[in-house]
Amino acid sequence: MSVDTITSNATAASSSEGAEDDLVQVRDLKMFFPVTDGVIIPRVVANVKAVNGISFSIKRGETLGLVGESGCGKTTTGRCILQLEKPTSGEIIYDGRDLAKLSASEMRPLRQRIQVIFQDPYSSLNPRMKIGDIIAEPMMVHKTEPDKAARTKRVLELLTTCGLNPKFADRYPHEMSGGQRQRVGIARALAVRPEFIICDEAVSALDVSIQAQVINLLEELRDEFNLTYLFISHDLSVVRHLCQRVAVMYLGNIVELAETDELFDNPLHPYTQALLEAVPIPDPTIESERAHKIIEGEIPSPMNPPSGCVFHPRCPLTVEDCKKHVPEFREVRPGHWVACSQV
Amino acid sequence: MSKLLQVENLQTQFFTSAGVVRAVDGITYDVAAGETVAVVGESGCGKSVGAMSILRLIPNPPGRIVGGSITFDGRDLLKLSEEEMRDIRGRDIGMIFQEPMTSLNPVLTIGRQLTETMEHHLDVSQEDANKRAIELLGLVGISEPEQRLKQYPHHLSGGMRQRVMIAMSLACNPKLIIADEPTTALDVTIQAQILELMKNLTRDLGVAMIIITHNLGVVARYADRVNVMYAGRIIESGTAQDIYHNPKHPYTLALLRSVPRMDQPRGEKLHPVGGHPPDLTKLDAGCAFRPRCEFAVEKCTVAQPVLEEVSSGHVSACWQKDKVGLGVQA
Repeated sequence: MSVDTITSNATAASSSEGAEDDLVQVRDLKMFFPVTDGVIIPRVVANVKAVNGISFSIKRGETLGLVGESGCGKTTTGRCILQLEKPTSGEIIYDGRDLAKLSASEMRPLRQRIQVIFQDPYSSLNPRMKIGDIIAEPMMVHKTEPDKAARTKRVLELLTTCGLNPKFADRYPHEMSGGQRQRVGIARALAVRPEFIICDEAVSALDVSIQAQVINLLEELRDEFNLTYLFISHDLSVVRHLCQRVAVMYLGNIVELAETDELFDNPLHPYTQALLEAVPIPDPTIESERAHKIIEGEIPSPMNPPSGCVFHPRCPLTVEDCKKHVPEFREVRPGHWVACSQV
Repeated sequence: MSKLLQVENLQTQFFTSAGVVRAVDGITYDVAAGETVAVVGESGCGKSVGAMSILRLIPNPPGRIVGGSITFDGRDLLKLSEEEMRDIRGRDIGMIFQEPMTSLNPVLTIGRQLTETMEHHLDVSQEDANKRAIELLGLVGISEPEQRLKQYPHHLSGGMRQRVMIAMSLACNPKLIIADEPTTALDVTIQAQILELMKNLTRDLGVAMIIITHNLGVVARYADRVNVMYAGRIIESGTAQDIYHNPKHPYTLALLRSVPRMDQPRGEKLHPVGGHPPDLTKLDAGCAFRPRCEFAVEKCTVAQPVLEEVSSGHVSACWQKDKVGLGVQA
């Protein structure tokens, strides 16, 4: 990445800096995973650039959507914020504090405030624990409810909040359906009264009728507990429904960021346009009238991303310059950021 | 159009320790030559089992086709010997599975997997089979087909593997292709590429297709006719226009209302279907959708509704079907 993009990214972050309602600020975040060769003396032969210098902020009470296809770095971004990965460089400022500079003991109280809901409700619940114990565990870890009776009461309360029968507390995950398990995952995340929840493909594994139930639940909880969400998903229609602002990622970069209506009504980046074009609409009449402009090619390897703009090999607007220079991530309209030199 | 495939009252059951699972509970439908029929429904509704039954690929035990008939090109597939059935699979009926990662053999080259079916079914020389394989890879949009033949599945991306699967299914000029969630594992831009490819190929080659999916958008874009399944039965069937613009079963209506749509104003709350799909070992005499249905009446608890015509070619299995419609609240 060239020097001027770093500065532009820094400006992107600083433009929202100072806004007191920012809960999370991510500045020029990079996460490279080394690829090693050799058994006895491993040496780094390449880097997988999962996240390659992204900046964004999330306001208190806001739901920010992070969309993109597999391998674009959206999940890695979430894991970096959770400090499950140690970023290669960049800052993650949570409520005014840089998470990278905190010690493990300083981090622990913050972990209570940041929770996560995972994609797969089958593998994210311990099959040997009862539902009640699964939900109570974070309260024990963070010592928020030291009293056992109070803890049990809260578990039952959480089950009800998440639309589950309190009698599920004594059951095991295998006795529940996918939708019910996902509700358990949500109850567990809520157990320690967090303010910020990262939803990583939280509804993707569910059937449509159940998916709608969980989406509505997430919305109700957001209003009731004034939660802030980072909603990571590949499903554009769900993101459009649930989020106030949306960032589109491609191969480790944010290519476009705007208010939801602005992004969906007026997408500027050719990749965003292609993504929106590719989503089929459940209406045969509309579908038969739509011109389907399908982008060619596949997502390149993040180990060896294309030079210049990473989207240039698939982009219909490519000019010679795109192969050489990384496009600046600039604000083309108030609040609408895009990384493309051709718009 | 002549009927290529006719499924009559097909019943497939699984005999498990928890009881008999009526996975497919009497489905009847047909597919005309060159037509694309979609089967939609949620997990466990029997859509995949129904398709696997056509190929007689139900693992036995625990599963068994216990009743009905499947007439393909004038022959009842359920009466054929295993030998005769093997001649039909892969030759007359091609198959595309969901998981391009697991449905290709990891220790055989792409070329070998493509030519194997041709050599088995078509009595062609290895050389001719190779030539045809190169042709097929070109047809499905894979660059440098000669080199690809020597590669193994792990060399290819998910989208590429699905293209290889499509090439394999087309290898022996089938009359029918069954595609079970062909794009579910793929990214949305790749999904669009694969679906467009399948649509063009089936149209150009005149191949009929049964596409099994849970994605209502995919159905709207690609299907001529739609069967909606719930708890092992077809509960509504009609043209895509009928199903989307004039749904006559509460479940179809509920499905359409529960998905967020890109073309509709934001901010409206979704209307999920309450409750959960039923346990298929414990179905009673009434309508299986009754506990989740906002239109349910007394009759629904005692008698199973049967498919009845709403308009020409559009059928619904609901006692209350005259009251069901878009914009109608129960």
